[in-house]
Amino acid sequence: MFKYFEPNKIFAITSKAPKYVLFLFIVILSIGLTEALILSPEDYKQSHSVRIMYVHVPAAWISLGIFSAITFLSVIGYIFKIRNFFLIAKSLAPSGLVFNIIALVTGSIWGKPTWGTWWAWDARITSMLILALFYIMYLVAWRIFEDEDNDKVFKVTSIITILGIINVPIIKYSVDWWNTLHQPASINILSKSSIHISMLFPLLTMTAAFALFSLLIFLMKYNTELIKIKNKGLDRL
Amino acid sequence: MYGRKVKLRFFFVLLILVTLALSVFLLIKSLEENVIFFKSPTEIKTLSEIGKKKIRIGGMVKKDSITIISKEIKFIVTDFKNEINVVYSGVVPNLFAEEKGVVAEGYLKDKNFFLATKILAKHDENYMPPEVKAALEEK
Repeated sequence: MFKYFEPNKIFAITSKAPKYVLFLFIVILSIGLTEALILSPEDYKQSHSVRIMYVHVPAAWISLGIFSAITFLSVIGYIFKIRNFFLIAKSLAPSGLVFNIIALVTGSIWGKPTWGTWWAWDARITSMLILALFYIMYLVAWRIFEDEDNDKVFKVTSIITILGIINVPIIKYSVDWWNTLHQPASINILSKSSIHISMLFPLLTMTAAFALFSLLIFLMKYNTELIKIKNKGLDRL
Repeated sequence: MYGRKVKLRFFFVLLILVTLALSVFLLIKSLEENVIFFKSPTEIKTLSEIGKKKIRIGGMVKKDSITIISKEIKFIVTDFKNEINVVYSGVVPNLFAEEKGVVAEGYLKDKNFFLATKILAKHDENYMPPEVKAALEEK
Protein backbone atom coordinates (compact mmCIF):
# COMPACT_ATOMS: atom_id res chain seq x y z
CA MET A 1 0.00 0.00 0.00
CA PHE A 2 2.72 2.43 1.00
CA LYS A 3 5.28 1.00 -1.31
CA TYR A 4 3.60 1.86 -4.55
CA PHE A 5 1.96 5.13 -3.71
CA GLU A 6 1.19 7.49 -6.53
CA PRO A 7 2.85 10.89 -6.16
CA ASN A 8 0.23 12.49 -8.40
CA LYS A 9 -2.64 11.72 -6.05
CA ILE A 10 -0.77 12.86 -2.97
CA PHE A 11 0.48 15.90 -4.82
CA ALA A 12 -3.11 16.99 -5.40
CA ILE A 13 -3.59 17.05 -1.63
CA THR A 14 -0.27 18.57 -0.60
CA SER A 15 -0.53 21.40 -3.08
CA LYS A 16 -4.01 22.43 -1.95
CA ALA A 17 -3.98 21.67 1.78
CA PRO A 18 -1.43 24.29 2.94
CA LYS A 19 -3.73 27.27 2.48
CA TYR A 20 -6.42 25.68 4.67
CA VAL A 21 -3.86 24.68 7.27
CA LEU A 22 -2.43 28.20 7.19
CA PHE A 23 -5.88 29.68 7.79
CA LEU A 24 -6.54 27.32 10.69
CA PHE A 25 -3.08 28.02 12.11
CA ILE A 26 -3.67 31.79 12.09
CA VAL A 27 -7.04 31.37 13.82
CA ILE A 28 -5.72 29.03 16.52
CA LEU A 29 -2.56 31.09 17.00
CA SER A 30 -4.61 34.28 17.47
CA ILE A 31 -6.77 32.58 20.08
CA GLY A 32 -3.72 31.08 21.76
CA LEU A 33 -1.76 34.32 21.88
CA THR A 34 -4.77 36.30 23.16
CA GLU A 35 -5.19 33.77 25.95
CA ALA A 36 -1.50 33.50 26.72
CA LEU A 37 -0.64 37.19 26.64
CA ILE A 38 -3.84 38.93 27.74
CA LEU A 39 -6.52 36.71 29.23
CA SER A 40 -4.49 34.29 31.33
CA PRO A 41 -3.54 35.36 34.86
CA GLU A 42 -0.03 36.08 36.02
CA ASP A 43 1.70 33.55 38.21
CA TYR A 44 1.74 33.99 42.00
CA LYS A 45 5.51 33.72 42.12
CA GLN A 46 7.04 34.58 38.75
CA SER A 47 4.30 37.07 37.71
CA HIS A 48 4.39 37.82 33.97
CA SER A 49 7.43 35.66 33.19
CA VAL A 50 5.02 32.73 33.16
CA ARG A 51 3.84 33.83 29.72
CA ILE A 52 7.14 32.64 28.23
CA MET A 53 6.08 29.14 29.24
CA TYR A 54 3.22 29.21 26.69
CA VAL A 55 5.80 29.23 23.92
CA HIS A 56 8.56 27.27 25.63
CA VAL A 57 6.65 24.14 26.66
CA PRO A 58 4.69 23.58 23.40
CA ALA A 59 7.89 24.12 21.39
CA ALA A 60 9.72 21.53 23.49
CA TRP A 61 6.85 19.03 23.18
CA ILE A 62 6.64 19.43 19.42
CA SER A 63 10.40 19.05 18.93
CA LEU A 64 10.40 15.83 20.98
CA GLY A 65 7.31 14.56 19.18
CA ILE A 66 8.74 15.24 15.73
CA PHE A 67 12.02 13.52 16.55
CA SER A 68 10.12 10.44 17.74
CA ALA A 69 8.05 10.50 14.55
CA ILE A 70 11.15 10.81 12.37
CA THR A 71 12.75 7.86 14.12
CA PHE A 72 9.63 5.74 13.81
CA LEU A 73 9.30 6.53 10.10
CA SER A 74 12.99 5.93 9.42
CA VAL A 75 13.09 2.61 11.25
CA ILE A 76 9.90 1.30 9.65
CA GLY A 77 11.08 2.67 6.32
CA TYR A 78 14.39 0.90 6.73
CA ILE A 79 12.97 -2.45 7.78
CA PHE A 80 10.27 -2.60 5.12
CA LYS A 81 12.10 -0.52 2.51
CA ILE A 82 9.40 2.09 2.18
CA ARG A 83 11.04 5.06 0.48
CA ASN A 84 8.11 7.35 0.95
CA PHE A 85 8.56 7.23 4.74
CA PHE A 86 12.05 8.67 4.44
CA LEU A 87 10.73 11.61 2.46
CA ILE A 88 8.02 12.21 5.07
CA ALA A 89 10.66 12.08 7.81
CA LYS A 90 12.92 14.45 5.90
CA SER A 91 10.08 16.94 5.43
CA LEU A 92 9.22 16.84 9.13
CA ALA A 93 12.72 17.52 10.44
CA PRO A 94 13.14 21.28 9.78
CA SER A 95 10.16 22.34 11.92
CA GLY A 96 11.37 20.00 14.67
CA LEU A 97 14.74 21.73 14.70
CA VAL A 98 13.15 25.18 14.68
CA PHE A 99 10.96 24.33 17.68
CA ASN A 100 13.93 22.78 19.46
CA ILE A 101 15.85 26.03 19.09
CA ILE A 102 12.80 28.06 20.14
CA ALA A 103 12.55 25.93 23.29
CA LEU A 104 16.22 26.50 24.12
CA VAL A 105 16.09 30.25 23.47
CA THR A 106 12.83 30.90 25.33
CA GLY A 107 14.09 28.75 28.21
CA SER A 108 17.16 30.93 28.38
CA ILE A 109 15.09 34.12 28.34
CA TRP A 110 12.91 32.68 31.12
CA GLY A 111 15.88 31.43 33.12
CA LYS A 112 17.54 34.81 33.50
CA PRO A 113 14.77 36.54 35.50
CA THR A 114 13.66 33.43 37.43
CA TRP A 115 16.74 31.31 38.10
CA GLY A 116 19.23 34.11 37.78
CA THR A 117 21.20 32.57 34.91
CA TRP A 118 20.90 32.29 31.14
CA TRP A 119 22.30 28.82 30.96
CA ALA A 120 23.04 25.92 33.26
CA TRP A 121 24.63 22.62 32.34
CA ASP A 122 21.95 20.61 34.07
CA ALA A 123 20.68 17.32 32.69
CA ARG A 124 17.48 18.63 31.09
CA ILE A 125 19.02 21.59 29.33
CA THR A 126 22.09 19.72 28.13
CA SER A 127 20.08 16.78 26.79
CA MET A 128 17.83 19.22 24.94
CA LEU A 129 20.93 20.78 23.35
CA ILE A 130 22.06 17.30 22.30
CA LEU A 131 18.68 16.78 20.61
CA ALA A 132 19.24 19.97 18.60
CA LEU A 133 22.65 18.63 17.53
CA PHE A 134 21.02 15.38 16.38
CA TYR A 135 18.49 17.36 14.34
CA ILE A 136 21.32 19.29 12.71
CA MET A 137 23.24 16.07 12.05
CA TYR A 138 20.15 14.54 10.47
CA LEU A 139 19.54 17.49 8.16
CA VAL A 140 23.20 17.84 7.23
CA ALA A 141 23.34 14.12 6.38
CA TRP A 142 20.49 14.64 3.92
CA ARG A 143 22.32 17.54 2.33
CA ILE A 144 25.53 15.54 1.95
CA PHE A 145 24.23 12.21 0.68
CA GLU A 146 21.07 13.26 -1.14
CA ASP A 147 22.70 13.61 -4.53
CA GLU A 148 24.56 10.33 -4.27
CA ASP A 149 22.50 7.19 -4.10
CA ASN A 150 19.24 6.85 -2.24
CA ASP A 151 20.09 3.78 -0.21
CA LYS A 152 23.05 5.51 1.37
CA VAL A 153 21.13 8.57 2.54
CA PHE A 154 18.33 6.37 3.91
CA LYS A 155 20.81 4.30 5.89
CA VAL A 156 22.80 7.20 7.26
CA THR A 157 19.74 9.19 8.35
CA SER A 158 18.12 6.09 9.94
CA ILE A 159 21.24 5.47 11.99
CA ILE A 160 21.30 9.08 13.16
CA THR A 161 17.68 8.87 14.31
CA ILE A 162 18.33 5.59 16.14
CA LEU A 163 21.30 7.12 17.94
CA GLY A 164 19.27 10.20 18.76
CA ILE A 165 16.14 8.44 20.02
CA ILE A 166 18.05 7.14 23.08
CA ASN A 167 18.25 10.77 24.14
CA VAL A 168 14.48 11.34 24.05
CA PRO A 169 13.55 9.36 27.20
CA ILE A 170 16.60 10.89 28.89
CA ILE A 171 15.20 14.36 28.19
CA LYS A 172 11.78 13.36 29.47
CA TYR A 173 12.94 11.75 32.71
CA SER A 174 16.09 13.80 33.39
CA VAL A 175 14.18 15.97 35.85
CA ASP A 176 13.00 12.91 37.79
CA TRP A 177 16.20 10.89 37.74
CA TRP A 178 18.65 13.58 38.81
CA ASN A 179 18.81 16.85 40.69
CA THR A 180 18.35 19.47 38.01
CA LEU A 181 17.83 23.20 38.02
CA HIS A 182 14.94 22.67 35.63
CA GLN A 183 11.64 22.00 37.40
CA PRO A 184 9.88 18.65 37.02
CA ALA A 185 6.87 18.23 34.73
CA SER A 186 3.73 20.10 35.75
CA ILE A 187 1.40 18.16 33.52
CA ASN A 188 0.85 14.52 34.32
CA ILE A 189 -1.51 12.30 32.46
CA LEU A 190 -1.94 9.82 35.27
CA SER A 191 -1.96 12.09 38.30
CA LYS A 192 -3.20 15.58 39.06
CA SER A 193 -1.44 18.36 37.18
CA SER A 194 0.21 21.08 39.20
CA ILE A 195 -0.73 23.81 36.78
CA HIS A 196 -3.90 25.82 37.26
CA ILE A 197 -6.65 25.27 34.70
CA SER A 198 -6.60 28.94 33.64
CA MET A 199 -2.98 28.42 32.56
CA LEU A 200 -3.45 24.98 31.10
CA PHE A 201 -5.92 26.18 28.50
CA PRO A 202 -3.63 28.69 26.71
CA LEU A 203 -0.83 26.13 26.94
CA LEU A 204 -2.84 23.52 25.06
CA THR A 205 -4.11 26.06 22.51
CA MET A 206 -0.55 27.14 21.76
CA THR A 207 0.45 23.50 21.41
CA ALA A 208 -2.30 23.03 18.83
CA ALA A 209 -1.13 26.16 16.99
CA PHE A 210 2.48 24.96 16.89
CA ALA A 211 1.40 21.52 15.73
CA LEU A 212 -0.52 23.15 12.88
CA PHE A 213 2.54 25.21 11.99
CA SER A 214 4.63 22.04 11.84
CA LEU A 215 1.98 20.45 9.64
CA LEU A 216 2.04 23.47 7.35
CA ILE A 217 5.82 23.43 6.96
CA PHE A 218 5.71 19.66 6.52
CA LEU A 219 3.15 19.87 3.70
CA MET A 220 5.18 22.51 1.90
CA LYS A 221 8.44 20.56 2.25
CA TYR A 222 6.79 17.31 1.24
CA ASN A 223 5.24 19.01 -1.74
CA THR A 224 8.72 20.04 -2.88
CA GLU A 225 9.92 16.46 -2.54
CA LEU A 226 7.05 15.29 -4.73
CA ILE A 227 7.86 17.92 -7.34
CA LYS A 228 11.44 16.62 -7.38
CA ILE A 229 10.16 13.11 -8.03
CA LYS A 230 7.90 14.37 -10.82
CA ASN A 231 10.77 16.22 -12.41
CA LYS A 232 12.75 13.03 -12.47
CA GLY A 233 9.93 11.63 -14.54
CA LEU A 234 8.94 8.92 -12.15
CA ASP A 235 5.28 8.26 -11.62
CA ARG A 236 5.90 6.02 -8.68
CA LEU A 237 8.61 5.68 -6.16
CA MET B 1 4.83 -13.63 6.23
CA TYR B 2 7.71 -11.22 5.79
CA GLY B 3 10.86 -12.01 3.92
CA ARG B 4 14.08 -13.12 5.57
CA LYS B 5 15.72 -9.76 4.82
CA VAL B 6 12.93 -7.84 6.52
CA LYS B 7 13.27 -9.98 9.65
CA LEU B 8 17.03 -9.56 9.62
CA ARG B 9 16.74 -5.80 9.33
CA PHE B 10 14.22 -5.78 12.17
CA PHE B 11 16.59 -7.66 14.46
CA PHE B 12 19.45 -5.47 13.34
CA VAL B 13 17.61 -2.33 14.42
CA LEU B 14 16.48 -3.98 17.65
CA LEU B 15 20.02 -5.06 18.43
CA ILE B 16 21.40 -1.58 17.82
CA LEU B 17 18.74 -0.06 20.06
CA VAL B 18 19.29 -2.49 22.94
CA THR B 19 23.07 -2.19 22.75
CA LEU B 20 22.92 1.57 22.62
CA ALA B 21 20.42 1.85 25.47
CA LEU B 22 22.59 -0.38 27.65
CA SER B 23 25.82 1.45 26.82
CA VAL B 24 24.26 4.85 27.43
CA PHE B 25 22.75 3.58 30.68
CA LEU B 26 26.13 2.34 31.92
CA LEU B 27 27.87 5.49 30.77
CA ILE B 28 25.45 7.78 32.56
CA LYS B 29 25.44 5.56 35.62
CA SER B 30 29.20 5.89 35.94
CA LEU B 31 29.01 9.63 35.35
CA GLU B 32 26.18 10.16 37.82
CA GLU B 33 28.38 12.40 39.95
CA ASN B 34 28.65 14.87 37.08
CA VAL B 35 25.12 14.54 35.76
CA ILE B 36 23.50 15.81 38.95
CA PHE B 37 23.38 19.57 39.04
CA PHE B 38 23.61 20.00 42.80
CA LYS B 39 24.08 18.03 46.01
CA SER B 40 21.58 18.02 48.84
CA PRO B 41 22.68 18.79 52.42
CA THR B 42 22.30 15.09 53.28
CA GLU B 43 24.69 14.15 50.48
CA ILE B 44 27.15 16.74 51.78
CA LYS B 45 27.00 15.18 55.27
CA THR B 46 27.96 11.80 53.87
CA LEU B 47 31.00 13.14 51.99
CA SER B 48 34.18 11.49 53.20
CA GLU B 49 36.34 14.54 52.56
CA ILE B 50 35.79 18.16 51.72
CA GLY B 51 37.27 19.06 48.36
CA LYS B 52 38.57 22.45 47.39
CA LYS B 53 36.66 22.36 44.11
CA LYS B 54 33.66 24.54 43.36
CA ILE B 55 30.43 22.63 43.95
CA ARG B 56 26.71 23.31 44.00
CA ILE B 57 24.35 22.57 46.83
CA GLY B 58 20.60 22.78 46.67
CA GLY B 59 17.49 22.50 48.78
CA MET B 60 14.88 24.69 50.43
CA VAL B 61 15.67 27.98 52.10
CA LYS B 62 14.65 27.37 55.72
CA LYS B 63 11.83 29.50 57.12
CA ASP B 64 12.97 32.60 59.05
CA SER B 65 16.60 31.83 58.31
CA ILE B 66 17.49 34.73 55.99
CA THR B 67 19.47 37.47 57.67
CA ILE B 68 20.97 40.38 55.79
CA ILE B 69 23.92 42.22 57.33
CA SER B 70 25.00 45.12 55.11
CA LYS B 71 26.03 43.40 51.88
CA GLU B 72 26.14 39.90 53.23
CA ILE B 73 23.22 37.53 53.15
CA LYS B 74 23.07 34.47 55.36
CA PHE B 75 20.55 31.68 55.16
CA ILE B 76 20.10 27.98 55.84
CA VAL B 77 19.60 25.42 53.09
CA THR B 78 17.62 22.40 54.22
CA ASP B 79 16.34 19.17 52.71
CA PHE B 80 14.26 18.58 55.85
CA LYS B 81 16.82 16.07 57.11
CA ASN B 82 20.04 18.05 57.23
CA GLU B 83 20.97 21.71 57.03
CA ILE B 84 23.85 23.84 55.80
CA ASN B 85 24.59 27.48 56.59
CA VAL B 86 25.22 29.56 53.49
CA VAL B 87 26.89 32.96 53.29
CA TYR B 88 26.74 35.03 50.13
CA SER B 89 27.41 38.59 49.13
CA GLY B 90 25.84 39.88 45.98
CA VAL B 91 22.55 40.07 44.18
CA VAL B 92 20.03 37.28 44.60
CA PRO B 93 17.46 36.38 41.90
CA ASN B 94 13.89 37.65 42.20
CA LEU B 95 12.52 34.28 43.09
CA PHE B 96 14.90 33.76 45.99
CA ALA B 97 12.68 33.46 49.08
CA GLU B 98 12.17 31.52 52.27
CA GLU B 99 10.62 28.08 51.87
CA LYS B 100 11.51 28.09 48.17
CA GLY B 101 14.07 26.09 46.26
CA VAL B 102 17.60 27.39 45.89
CA VAL B 103 20.86 26.27 44.30
CA ALA B 104 24.08 27.79 45.62
CA GLU B 105 27.38 27.55 43.80
CA GLY B 106 30.59 27.99 45.75
CA TYR B 107 32.96 26.38 48.19
CA LEU B 108 32.38 24.12 51.14
CA LYS B 109 34.30 25.35 54.18
CA ASP B 110 33.16 22.50 56.40
CA LYS B 111 30.14 20.25 56.47
CA ASN B 112 27.96 22.94 57.99
CA PHE B 113 29.24 26.03 56.26
CA PHE B 114 29.09 26.99 52.60
CA LEU B 115 30.56 30.08 51.01
CA ALA B 116 28.48 30.85 47.92
CA THR B 117 29.73 32.73 44.89
CA LYS B 118 26.48 32.49 42.95
CA ILE B 119 22.86 31.98 43.93
CA LEU B 120 20.25 30.50 41.61
CA ALA B 121 16.58 30.27 42.47
CA LYS B 122 14.94 26.96 41.70
CA HIS B 123 11.40 27.16 40.47
CA ASP B 124 8.98 24.37 41.33
CA GLU B 125 6.38 22.81 39.05
CA ASN B 126 3.43 24.70 40.52
CA TYR B 127 1.80 27.34 38.38
CA MET B 128 -1.24 29.25 39.63
CA PRO B 129 -2.70 32.74 39.71
CA PRO B 130 -2.12 34.85 42.88
CA GLU B 131 -5.80 34.59 43.91
CA VAL B 132 -5.65 30.80 43.93
CA LYS B 133 -2.47 30.90 46.00
CA ALA B 134 -4.16 33.23 48.49
CA ALA B 135 -7.20 30.94 48.67
CA LEU B 136 -4.94 27.94 49.25
CA GLU B 137 -3.14 29.72 52.06
CA GLU B 138 -6.41 30.60 53.78
CA LYS B 139 -7.26 26.93 53.99
